[in-house]
Amino acid sequence: MQTPEDHELSRRGVLVGGAASVAAVTLVPTATPAGAASAPAVPPTAEVAFKVNGTAHSLELDTRVSLLDALREHLHLTGTKKGCDHGQCGACTVIVDGRRINSCLALAVMHDGDEITTIEGLGTPDRMHAMQEAFVVHDGYQCGYCTPGQICSAVAVLDEIKAGIPSHVTADLTLAPAVTNMEIRERMSGNICRCGAYPNIVAAISDVAGVKA
Amino acid sequence: MKSFTYERVDTPAAATAAFARTKGSRYIAGGTNLLDLMKLEIETPAHLIDISRLALDRIEPTSGGGLRIGAMVRNTDLASDERIRRDYGLVSRALVAGASGQLRNKATMGGNILQRTRCPYFYDTNQPCNKRQPGSGCAAIGGFNRILAVIGASDACIATQPSDVGVALRALDASVETVNVTGKTRVIPYADFYRAPGETPHIETALVPGELITAVTLPRPVGGTHVYHKVRDRASYAFALISVGLVVQRDGTGRVALGGVAYKPWRVEAAEADLPRGAKAVTAKLLAGAKTTHENAYKLPLVERTLAGVLAQAKG
Repeated sequence: MQTPEDHELSRRGVLVGGAASVAAVTLVPTATPAGAASAPAVPPTAEVAFKVNGTAHSLELDTRVSLLDALREHLHLTGTKKGCDHGQCGACTVIVDGRRINSCLALAVMHDGDEITTIEGLGTPDRMHAMQEAFVVHDGYQCGYCTPGQICSAVAVLDEIKAGIPSHVTADLTLAPAVTNMEIRERMSGNICRCGAYPNIVAAISDVAGVKA
Repeated sequence: MKSFTYERVDTPAAATAAFARTKGSRYIAGGTNLLDLMKLEIETPAHLIDISRLALDRIEPTSGGGLRIGAMVRNTDLASDERIRRDYGLVSRALVAGASGQLRNKATMGGNILQRTRCPYFYDTNQPCNKRQPGSGCAAIGGFNRILAVIGASDACIATQPSDVGVALRALDASVETVNVTGKTRVIPYADFYRAPGETPHIETALVPGELITAVTLPRPVGGTHVYHKVRDRASYAFALISVGLVVQRDGTGRVALGGVAYKPWRVEAAEADLPRGAKAVTAKLLAGAKTTHENAYKLPLVERTLAGVLAQAKG
């Protein structure tokens, strides 16, 4: 059994280890023996500049940072959520240059010059976007975790239908798709809601589109 | 994820030069499959060459009356293109049957046909997998393999190629245009693009290291009715258990290719002569020599029934 004393010791150990690793990282540029390490001791970084919700940002980031982590951890725009981090749930959906994407499957450094819209950029609690308002009116959520992704996706879905982009349920490829219940459901399939608020989500989107759910 | 250095290039020549210059390079375009695999450390490039902004994002007519689809054309743009919707409906249908709207907005033509298997044992780094770690064995054979291959597999690997649009490209006799690190270009018939797993399932395509896909070309339109039917565990946003891509003419002749059954989109031209005779006759030839497990044997009758349904649908 672990005693409070052990706990204190291990905690101290972690603190010492933590300090040591910081020191090591700081010393790397001068202290690495030639050819000692195959992987670079300091992870490579790259510069990237993009606009988020109309505001320009310049960042120097570890090349591994996803667009999602850049938004959440570096720009502190925590409205965009990390669900699966593998492009399977849609919680991280943002709109980049007018198109919805999974920000978890995007490297931040690949988005130089891009214009990104997150849930914070669609509207504010005082001045909500029509889609945000409709989600409130129709109770299109329960826990709310998937909601920012649902709303970003929904806004883009209506634009995609307007632009004539076909879906799996579009009956005739040569005709413009219509806003129907089935079209909305199919096009929103990349956004998972584990609370199962789907009927109300479809109702909210239909409302904004001006059709019956 | 392992750390990596990064550079963006503006021309195919700069891309291949960067590849030749830097050990451990990988090209990245849409990144929807590669980044997922990098997070799991199944892919561990030391250097990423960002090709997403190459001017290969156009769909242009070819001199032969077909279309050349640039390697950077996004799935959404390809599925929406007026010429594709009118003359190559199978391509559009297969694309919109795959992935989600978000992923289709990123995924590219070149990347789509290079996407890797969704075999669960390839993804689980605690399991042996000859594709992920050559020589380690195959946990899928004898494991949970209901989604895996029923034909063309080997004792080393029973993975399937998961692309939907690949099924359409195969049925329509597409070709893949590439440039290699010496600047040499070549055209690979899509029928010859994937390599049978044999003893080397980690070598998946005819591409040599550093060879870059620049375009996929479609020959002149073949007319007919185009149907793509995908059978999956949920109604949307899931990989195929099996899929059937069919082009059928008024006289009943046509072409058919299958997804979800092999390491490549599966087509047997000799079987197509039986299309007027119906699904049973075609399937018997199409899947002759199939080797199933107790978990994936259902795929054989499922192909036959799906083809029967698709043929009926095409007749109207």
